[in-house]
Amino acid sequence: MKQTLKALAVACGATVSAFGVGAGTTPAQAQGKTITLCWAAWDPANALVELSKDFTAKSGIGMKFEFVPWTNYADRFLNELNSHGSLCDLIIGDSQWIGGAAENGQYVKLNDFFKKEGISMDDYMPATVVGYSEWPKNTPNYWALPAMGDAVGWTYRKDWFARPDVQKDFKAKYGREIGVPKTLDELKDIAQFFQGREIDGKKVYGASIYTERGSEGITMGVSNYLYDYGFKYDDPKKPYAMDGFVNSASAVKGLEAYKELYKCCTPPGASNSYMSEGLDAFKSGQVALQMNFFAFFPGLYKDPNVGGDKIGFFVNPAGPAAQSTQLGGQGISVVTYSKNQAEALQYIKWFSGGDVQKKWWALGGYSCAKSVLNDPSFPSSAPFAKEFLQSMGMVVDFWAEPSYAQLLQAEQKRVHDYVVADKGTAQEALDGLVKDWKAIFKEEGKKF
Amino acid sequence: MNELSASSRITYRAVMVRPGVARRIRGLSDRTLAWLFITPTIVLLLAINIFPLLWTIYLSFTNYRANRANAPTIWLGADWYQSILTDPDIWAAMQVTAHFVIWTVVIETVLGFGLAYLIDKKFRGHGMWTTIILLPMMLSPAVVGNFWTFLYQPQIGLFNYVVAFFTGRAASSFQMLGDVTLSPWAIVIVDAWMWTPYVMLICLAGLRSIPDYIYEAAEVDRASKWRQFWSITLPMALPFIMLAVLFRGIENFKMFDMVNLLTGGGPGSTTEVASITLKRAAFESWRTGYSSAFAIILFVTVFGLANIYVKALNKVKSR
Repeated sequence: MKQTLKALAVACGATVSAFGVGAGTTPAQAQGKTITLCWAAWDPANALVELSKDFTAKSGIGMKFEFVPWTNYADRFLNELNSHGSLCDLIIGDSQWIGGAAENGQYVKLNDFFKKEGISMDDYMPATVVGYSEWPKNTPNYWALPAMGDAVGWTYRKDWFARPDVQKDFKAKYGREIGVPKTLDELKDIAQFFQGREIDGKKVYGASIYTERGSEGITMGVSNYLYDYGFKYDDPKKPYAMDGFVNSASAVKGLEAYKELYKCCTPPGASNSYMSEGLDAFKSGQVALQMNFFAFFPGLYKDPNVGGDKIGFFVNPAGPAAQSTQLGGQGISVVTYSKNQAEALQYIKWFSGGDVQKKWWALGGYSCAKSVLNDPSFPSSAPFAKEFLQSMGMVVDFWAEPSYAQLLQAEQKRVHDYVVADKGTAQEALDGLVKDWKAIFKEEGKKF
Repeated sequence: MNELSASSRITYRAVMVRPGVARRIRGLSDRTLAWLFITPTIVLLLAINIFPLLWTIYLSFTNYRANRANAPTIWLGADWYQSILTDPDIWAAMQVTAHFVIWTVVIETVLGFGLAYLIDKKFRGHGMWTTIILLPMMLSPAVVGNFWTFLYQPQIGLFNYVVAFFTGRAASSFQMLGDVTLSPWAIVIVDAWMWTPYVMLICLAGLRSIPDYIYEAAEVDRASKWRQFWSITLPMALPFIMLAVLFRGIENFKMFDMVNLLTGGGPGSTTEVASITLKRAAFESWRTGYSSAFAIILFVTVFGLANIYVKALNKVKSR
């Protein structure tokens, strides 16, 4: 009997230790209060882990994180939401998910909570509120707190631009000084100039751009050209009327220009590139220019090989019709199926705090709060801060409809077929896209 | 006791050890006992095979979307079937699948049988060579897809360098995965590399099953080696070869993981096999009704073709 009791005591001790209840844990954790936050596995996620330690210290609520690589991020978490899973208490979901998540009841509506806690959407950059929080767009129905501002920007090899031989050759060829491109034409000139050039005995290439087929890559890339050339998702006066807007003559030219850039100036084998491939190409010194999200810029700036003085940043250059850029970034939402909604809301309240937002930016996250972005010291707070601020003022986002995944797939196919696989013309690709999108909206019961 | 058979001894011991159970079982008929034993299997089979199949068939006639489970489900009749069978994109995906299946099966069968024929000669070190040849099929398709992506990389990929070495072309002058003409062959090469050993193994079993006395009789009749191959080896190994073709055909018809990792269906839709189209419809667009109809069409296609093939196989075996 004595032996049995001893064994029981040992077993209890082991169980207690296994569950992490001990001297080193907070009282709340001892009560089993831990919430799980789901997001993509990338640099800002590491910053969030660091930041969230303050939340645990303040509230006693433990934090668990579920980070999934970008290529599986949508698949994994949309499956989780659609199967009513309770893995995530909080989710930093992509901006385009908001329509589906709101209409399918997967996110908790935050209006009452914001009102009760005195959180005002006026305190956040308008583009991020529309992009990350509102559904329907431009209505005061909030499903997320803007958490991670992001947009597509560009990096360039500042050290290569500063080389006398490069400057001399460029001026001789184009009759102007080499510098940060102001227009998409200038960008193409620079990319073309570097394509196949030898720098320090190594063959280098012009630009790394998004061409990925499987998820959203090529759409996130081509949009930066389409918007600048005059592409619009629909008639601003008649929602969902896409003829003459998606496939306008100027949009066709934008698509052709993107294909020209892909054909003339990307490294060999760049037919399926997205964020990580772009980073690899730039970090390994293969390319002079890189299209990528601002979220990666803090990490790139710290890179021992291409960071510091060697790297420069610029916003998406202007096209013939406009200067816009593709919105990235996400809002943070509470999942309806969470069993810890109160704690999750507590996290959102804490995250919205002014000091927390400042620290978030300092750690490498991109705050959307005006208190951070409108601070006079913000533009000089990082080498890419000014460009980020400028970009957030000219962002455009993809459809955020509940059927966004279908709309995205259609564009991925049409654009990749034209740009990478050389199928048909740009006009045919965009006409086909209008046809696909009309069919999807028709199935959704939309009238146009 | 010594005269009892092994099975009787086991029964005897069971009765000795657990008389209570034996007494209870003694009251049951053989038929009841049989049902008792097979019921769990039948229940499991119904739950994980038959019910999902019937449910999929039902869903294929509706507008159901798994991500909008609360939305009303509308009966659409055969609308999805009609729209799938008249969709040029679906037919393009089926063509890509057919190209992949036909070429992989042809290449794997020819090479697999050739390798089996060589290995069957039992030369010195044939055991070691067999093990080395079998290595690729022991790898996970996900791993294979990933490392072949590197091998095909135009700037650092070994494959491009080997081709460049033999052809004199620059290694970075062609892209196996990014070129519309080459990418369908790129996935065929990887599948053939991985699964030829499997075909070889089945063919080897076939070759080893041919009794030596038949060859000895042929030698006595002064049949040439060529004649022996055509009249003895090939006909007697044919059922095994056909079995390998059946397995590889079915497997490659539903190929997903490796192709998805290598090309994601691109460039454009050049390597978008039917299973990738199906996955996109089911788990990215969440068109559950539509994808159920597509899954049923694929199932009927494979099932129908496999049935015809099995009948042919039985005919060959009965000769």
